[in-house]
Amino acid sequence: MNNRRDFLKTAATGAVLLGAQGKLGFAGMLDEQTAAAKSKVVVARDAQLHGTDGQLNEKRVLDLLDRAITSYTGHDHPVTAWKHIVPMGKVIGLKVNCAGGKGISTHLALTLAICERLQQAGVKPGNILVWDQANEALESGGYTIRTDPSRIRCYGSDVSGYEDQIETSGMVRVRLSKILTRECEMVMNLPILKDHGCAGLTFAMKNMYGVIKMEDVGPMHVGNCNPAIADLHCIPAIRDKVRFVLGDAISALYEGGPLFRPEHMWHPNALIVGQDRVAVDQTAWSILERKRAEVGLPTLEATGRKPHYLATAADAAHQLGVNDPQRISLMEI
Amino acid sequence: MKLRSNCMLAVAAIAVVLVAASAGCKKAKVDPFPASGAVSGWQKTSETRVFAANDLWQYVDGDAEQYISAGVVTTSTSDYKYQGALEAVVDVHTMKDAAGARKILETGLTKDAKTVQLGDECVQYAQSVIFRKGPYLVRIVAYESTPDAPQALLALAQAVGAKL
Repeated sequence: MNNRRDFLKTAATGAVLLGAQGKLGFAGMLDEQTAAAKSKVVVARDAQLHGTDGQLNEKRVLDLLDRAITSYTGHDHPVTAWKHIVPMGKVIGLKVNCAGGKGISTHLALTLAICERLQQAGVKPGNILVWDQANEALESGGYTIRTDPSRIRCYGSDVSGYEDQIETSGMVRVRLSKILTRECEMVMNLPILKDHGCAGLTFAMKNMYGVIKMEDVGPMHVGNCNPAIADLHCIPAIRDKVRFVLGDAISALYEGGPLFRPEHMWHPNALIVGQDRVAVDQTAWSILERKRAEVGLPTLEATGRKPHYLATAADAAHQLGVNDPQRISLMEI
Repeated sequence: MKLRSNCMLAVAAIAVVLVAASAGCKKAKVDPFPASGAVSGWQKTSETRVFAANDLWQYVDGDAEQYISAGVVTTSTSDYKYQGALEAVVDVHTMKDAAGARKILETGLTKDAKTVQLGDECVQYAQSVIFRKGPYLVRIVAYESTPDAPQALLALAQAVGAKL
C-alpha cells in the first residue's frame, strides 16, 4: 500500500501543521503525518468528459470522481475510500457554489455522484445535506429544493437562517449559516473554478463567502478580498468543519467571473481534490493562469487581481495551508 | 371676486400639474425590456428586477465593484426564453456616462469577439451579445449554445437597443 503510505505522509499538511484537522473525519488516517510532509493535491482529468457536441457526459463523472478519490486516498475501491473520508452517523454537508447561476454552478452530476458514493459507503440519505446561500441560487444551478429529513436534503441558508452572534476574525465580522454551525458535523467543499472580479480566483476558499449572511458579505470584497478570505477561514466553525475540497473544474471561467460569461468559459474536464484548502486554490490558480496565457489574456497580477489571499492564508498568522508549489505534492492523473 | 380667486387658483394648480408632469417626463424611466412576443420567438419570463449601485452586490456579488468603479447607477435584469427552450438573461446597466459603458464593454474582450452594428459599439459571441448605447451597457447571455442562438440573441439585442 505505497499509495496509502504516501497519502498518510502528504495529505493536508498545511492544515495539520496547525492542528486544524486533528479531529477531522478521515478516521485516524492523518495520525502519521509529519510537519515535513507536503500537502497532497490530486487533479483528475478526463478529456472526454465533454463530448464533441460540448455536452457533459454525466456517466463519466462518476468514473472521474472514483479515480480522483482512490488516487487521493490510496484505496483501491472508491467506497472504501469514502468510508475513510467521512464520519458515519453524522450529517455531511456538501457546500456547492451556485452564485454564478445557471451555466456556472457546481455541476449537479458531480454532486449526485458524490451522494451516490456516500450512500454506498454507509451514509444515510438523511445525513446528506446539499446547500448554498439561498434556495433561489440552488434552483438556478439546477438543484431541487428538498427538506424531507429522511431523504437527501437540499436547501439554502435562507431556510435554516443565520446565527445572531457575530463571529470576529481579523477584519471579518460575520454571521454564519446555521447549516454550518448547527446541522453539519463535517462539510465537503464543492466549489467551481472561476475567475473573480475582486479576488482574482474563486474556488475552495472564496466559496465560504456563501456561508455568511448576505448583508455581511459586502465589506469582505475590499482589497481583493484580502485578508478577508483568510480571516474568514480562521473562524473555528469554518476551519474545523470544512475539511475536504472536491473542486469542480469540469467547466470553468477564465475571465469575467464570477457570473456566467459563456464567451470566457472552457472545459478543463477536471476535478481538484485535497484537504489543504490553500494548496488546492494555489493549484487551481495555476490552471487558470495557464488558460489565460493560452488565450492571450494578461496574468491576474497584471490586471490588479492577483489572489493575494493565498499568501495571507499561508502566512504565520493564519497557517491555513501551504501556497508554496514546492510544498505541494501534485498528482495529475 | 370669489370667482376670480377660484380661477387664479385653478390656473395655478394647472401650472403646478404641468410643471410636475414636465419634470416627470424628463425623469421617466426607460423600459428597455421587450414584452413577450414583441420580438419573434422571445418570451419575457420574469419580472424586471432593478438594483441600485449600492445594492448591486445582491445581483453580481463579486463583480459589483467593477461596475461601481465604472459609474453604474442602476442595473435592470430580466429573463427571457426563445421558442420555449433557449433561456437567456438580459442585463441593462445604466452608467453615469458613455465612458463608463465603454470601460465595461472593453474589459475582457477576446479575439473571437465578432463586431456587430448596433448602438455605439457591439460585440457578439456564440452565446452572448454585448453592446453600449450612450450611458447604457447591455449584456444578453444565453445558457446554451444552439445553432439559432446567435441570430435570436441579436434580434433581441436590436429590440432592446431600439428602446434605449
